[in-house]
Amino acid sequence: MATTIAEIQKEKQVGKRLRRREDPRLITGTATYVDDIQMEGMQYAAILRSPHAAAKIRSIDTKLAEKAPGVIAVYTGKDTEKVGAVPCGASLPGLRVPHHNILAVNRVYFVGHPVAVVVAQNRYLAQDAADLIEVDYEPTAAVAEPEKALASGAPAVHPEWPDNVAFTYHQDGGDVDKAFAQAEVIIKQRITSQRLIPMAMETRGVVAEFRAADRQLNLYTSTQIPHLVRTLVASMLSLDENRVRVITPEVGGGFGSKLNVYAEEALMGFLAQKTGKPVKWIESRRENFLCTIHGRGHVDYYELAAKRDGTILGIKLKIIQDVGSYLQLLTAAIPTLSVLMMPGIYNIPSIRADIVGVFTNCMPTDAYRGAGRPEATHGIERMVDILADELNIDPAEIRLKNFVANDKFPYATATGLMYDSGNYAAPLKKALDMVHYKKLRQEQAEARKQGKWLGIGISTYGEICAIGPSPATPAGGWESATVKVEPSGKVTIMTGACPHGQGEETTFAQIAADELGVSVDDVLVVWGDTAVVQYGIGTFGSRGTAIGGTAVYYALQDLKEKIRKFGAVLLEDDDVALADGKVTSKKTGQSKSVPEIAAAAYRAMKLPPNTEPGLVSTHFWEPPNFTFPFGTHIVVTEIDGETGDIKIRRYVAVDDCGNQINPLIVAGQVHGGVAQGLGQSLWEQAVYDDSGQLLTGELTDYAVPRAHMMPWIEAEHTTTPSPVNPLGVKGVGEAGTIGCSPAVVNSVVDALSPLGVRHIDMPLTPEKIWKLLRKGA
Amino acid sequence: MGVASHFDRRPGAPNARPLPIPLSSPSRKRPDFGIVSLANSLCWGYAVKISCKINGKSYSNEVEPRLLLIHYLREVLHLTGSHIGCETSLCGACTVDVNGKAVKSCTMFAVQTDGANITTIEGLAMDGKLDPMQEAFWNEHGLQCGFCTPGMIIASKQILERHPNPSEDEIRHGLTGNICRCTGYQHIVNALKAAASAAQK
Amino acid sequence: MIPQKFEYTAPDSLKSVLQLLETGAKPLAGGMSLIPMMKLRLATPEHLVDLGKLKELNYIRESGNAVHIGAMSTHFDIETSPVLLRKCPLLAETAADIGDLQVRNRGTIGGSAAHADPSADYPAALQALEARFVLIGADRERTVSGAEFFADAFTTALEPGEIVREVIVPIEEPGTGVAYEKVVQPASGFAIVGIAVRIRRSAGKITFARIGVTGLSNHAYRATAAEAALAGKSGSAADVQSAAALVTQGADANSDLHASADYRKHLAVVHAARAIATALSRSA
Repeated sequence: MATTIAEIQKEKQVGKRLRRREDPRLITGTATYVDDIQMEGMQYAAILRSPHAAAKIRSIDTKLAEKAPGVIAVYTGKDTEKVGAVPCGASLPGLRVPHHNILAVNRVYFVGHPVAVVVAQNRYLAQDAADLIEVDYEPTAAVAEPEKALASGAPAVHPEWPDNVAFTYHQDGGDVDKAFAQAEVIIKQRITSQRLIPMAMETRGVVAEFRAADRQLNLYTSTQIPHLVRTLVASMLSLDENRVRVITPEVGGGFGSKLNVYAEEALMGFLAQKTGKPVKWIESRRENFLCTIHGRGHVDYYELAAKRDGTILGIKLKIIQDVGSYLQLLTAAIPTLSVLMMPGIYNIPSIRADIVGVFTNCMPTDAYRGAGRPEATHGIERMVDILADELNIDPAEIRLKNFVANDKFPYATATGLMYDSGNYAAPLKKALDMVHYKKLRQEQAEARKQGKWLGIGISTYGEICAIGPSPATPAGGWESATVKVEPSGKVTIMTGACPHGQGEETTFAQIAADELGVSVDDVLVVWGDTAVVQYGIGTFGSRGTAIGGTAVYYALQDLKEKIRKFGAVLLEDDDVALADGKVTSKKTGQSKSVPEIAAAAYRAMKLPPNTEPGLVSTHFWEPPNFTFPFGTHIVVTEIDGETGDIKIRRYVAVDDCGNQINPLIVAGQVHGGVAQGLGQSLWEQAVYDDSGQLLTGELTDYAVPRAHMMPWIEAEHTTTPSPVNPLGVKGVGEAGTIGCSPAVVNSVVDALSPLGVRHIDMPLTPEKIWKLLRKGA
Repeated sequence: MGVASHFDRRPGAPNARPLPIPLSSPSRKRPDFGIVSLANSLCWGYAVKISCKINGKSYSNEVEPRLLLIHYLREVLHLTGSHIGCETSLCGACTVDVNGKAVKSCTMFAVQTDGANITTIEGLAMDGKLDPMQEAFWNEHGLQCGFCTPGMIIASKQILERHPNPSEDEIRHGLTGNICRCTGYQHIVNALKAAASAAQK
Repeated sequence: MIPQKFEYTAPDSLKSVLQLLETGAKPLAGGMSLIPMMKLRLATPEHLVDLGKLKELNYIRESGNAVHIGAMSTHFDIETSPVLLRKCPLLAETAADIGDLQVRNRGTIGGSAAHADPSADYPAALQALEARFVLIGADRERTVSGAEFFADAFTTALEPGEIVREVIVPIEEPGTGVAYEKVVQPASGFAIVGIAVRIRRSAGKITFARIGVTGLSNHAYRATAAEAALAGKSGSAADVQSAAALVTQGADANSDLHASADYRKHLAVVHAARAIATALSRSA
């Protein structure tokens, strides 16, 4: 059947699997990432870094380096001491914040600590000269594990704080003592979430250009938070904030690792000022592993109180958070997210949590995909499985029994959150159907008789997205949008979000297309330039669409009002409707298109009373609450009884992220999230030895998932819109990661449960499994 | 004694020692390592002239022997579509086609491409028309941040060349040398399947 | 990320290469190991002699009862060589398991052998094949066995000034079953252990067995005790198990981040059994 053009235009864009509008430049190699920027007279910086995890710097001799070919300047910590400290954005009572110089002064605290910087005419010469710097170190004792760092007599990471405690945090909800007194069964388990390396494909990089006459610094940096970088780097360098322009060109992935302000961002600004010419620094992969934040780093001690019928009464949790050597932007805040999320999606009336943040001679930890929520979800989902095992209740049953019921929303948790909406049983039931759960359990029983190891792992996760309301977010939790209809009728959206792969160039255009009735192709989405875009927060914490998209939505509502008003004047009728890209007079049926109205709004021949010309609207949207997506992942594993190899036979993910703007993009987010969750579950681990050397310092030893390591992911959805925002969206960037790891570990533990195995810490290497099999046999 | 890891830099690691390379013979004339300024090149020190064809266009430059092919493409010729994601030849972001073979251009010196015929991501679209593999990546949402994509597309073309009707397993094993941290590979697998079936038609 | 400066020469004759090597230059073959090491400045040669233009080292040809493989044959050449696929499938199968597509396009058998990474794939097959290595210097040429060639981790029988000219592998007698089993180190793609097996039966009895082991210890070796245990046996499951149990005999197993010595040994035994079983199933 033929479709008319008018009908195509009327078709809603939101909800369609549109291919992305950002892709043409990315698939043709014409996108511009930081390292693609070339400027006249550009110089290159190479950074000399500490090979020791802990040492005093006796002296630094830069003479040879200064004389090396092509070298413009060499600086050490003494030269940069006046630059402000690398900022810690988290605030907790009693937080000990070490002064974090951009180049080490007198002491180094981790392998990779920047000690000196060379500026040369190209990157080859810069590296050559950096090798000529001689540093006389006096190595001191280091400590690389948080529990060891807490032990008495451990080397002090920062001599001024011999106990290595960066902070402690306590939270109580309900009556946990009563819950444990009433408990018929108490489960205790130590559960770790190992240190991970985010490994965005594009390493960090900075280009700084200083215009002395204007005292203007242009900083191109691969970040998720351009405006925050502007504010903080301006402060570090004592520059006027409005004379620092931060530009994020294309960003090659972040996963939280670029939700930070790094020493090198201020350092390049410093160098551009000192040398008067643009300076570029591109992180090597080795530097990226050593000097870009790590994720996780938890040792958790769980206690769970329950009745024999499986009803969970309360949880106690002690988190030992490996902080690393310094507090980066959100380091200390991350484990507090774990506390908020510790009850999962269960009705658990009482909780008690204690965090101790511990300094180690390692790279600081901070936000990495999920940031605190994967740790919490892993913990509760493991504990629920252990409880089910203890009580001999089916793990699906025990979950259904403890879910927050559908009629309890909005639901106040013992940790102080208000869950917006949920239908927790729906994705669980759907996933159980997909795997034919009952049949699968029968097959498992048969397999066990034949000595085969088949495991079924369920994770019914919940998460906190759309981070977040400003009171809960260190730098403000709102987002901004400006929407303009240009005189030609084309639509430009400027968002304070900073997408780097999430596809908001497409999804925001879909939202605008529907609201204004224009074609998606007429909408341009702009971000990542502080000189162009109004102040914004950025992209992290699954907030891009839920908060940034909502800001766009509200700006559009305001704009629609203006369009109606101008339309009414043009049509000489007060009673008009805006639909399908035109304003129509209800009286005459005549209409004016959005481009016609835009032209008139800028020409301003006939302005409506008390109206400013133009069609521009800006909205800063403060969310009233977080959103709380949820879902069920089920993983079926087969274990090779001889080698301990784990084969994932099925991976089923049923996610509920509320309404979906673009299901194709949502699927991509789920797949990618699951890949990183599988990475943590099976392969990835940042390993420091006792002296603080990073043993997994290159891709040769840190295993990220490759194509042949990934199973096919069967991704399905249920839809429970969020009432928090008018789009009904919740966020999906981190869901895959958060839902994944407990499903995998539960599956493998389930497979090995005949051996009495109750818990295995990640990563589940074949050798670990083999040892368990050997012990059991 | 155990081999701790490849490229282990720790003191005492078995492969951390420099390879046993004697100094070059004093009788032979040493090249001049003085600074030579060469237009539009990264070259400092002695240079070697190379000529090659890249995306159908002929180039001739003097390059320092240690100049990596990826830096030659990116910094000298300003073909910045191929990216650098590691230094150990493990991520594949720098993959380009040299004489019909997908190679990692970070693990090849520019001097080695003298006389070669090279295709980079910039050379795939012809007269504004995308290569079918580019089209397939776009249609199937085979990319997110896009950083791995140029190398991924070049490697994918080689996979289809060798397996015109690839199984999922052939696709996944073919992509072993290319890391993507965003997509979980599933949509990339779909893209290769789509490109293969488009080519069959 | 940036190699140190070096001189570069790419002669088109073997003779010139060998002359330059006499002066202390370092040969560059596919560069798949050397270049990353140079970028990390773990290797700092002053002069590189590129073998890439030597057509005379790029061949795979049958001669008598052997296949001669020029040192500059790439893994891709070997994996797809019709001669090898027919006459020496073990080497082709092993080559297909190396690294990744791009590495196989550039990496060469000569370069890989000379680098002697203890977890490289080829050495298992080359030991099982009782390959001979033709080493050539400016004024000398000699042929050594695998046992002589793979001396230690990153150490071979090559003397300064010498390169591998060719590797000679036997043409399999009809009915020989072969298999390569590899446990992949998930980050690097190298072998945690790799087991290569060749086996023949006659009248229901194993008449010939060769087993090469890589990854387990500092250098690849032939598991002669396991080979001997198979001789004359029918190849029952029990025969396979008891022979496989001997593959680690005498080997000093390595231990690292990715596998302890105990686990490596265990994997070697398990995968030896699997490789033997597969090879048996492929034998006549």
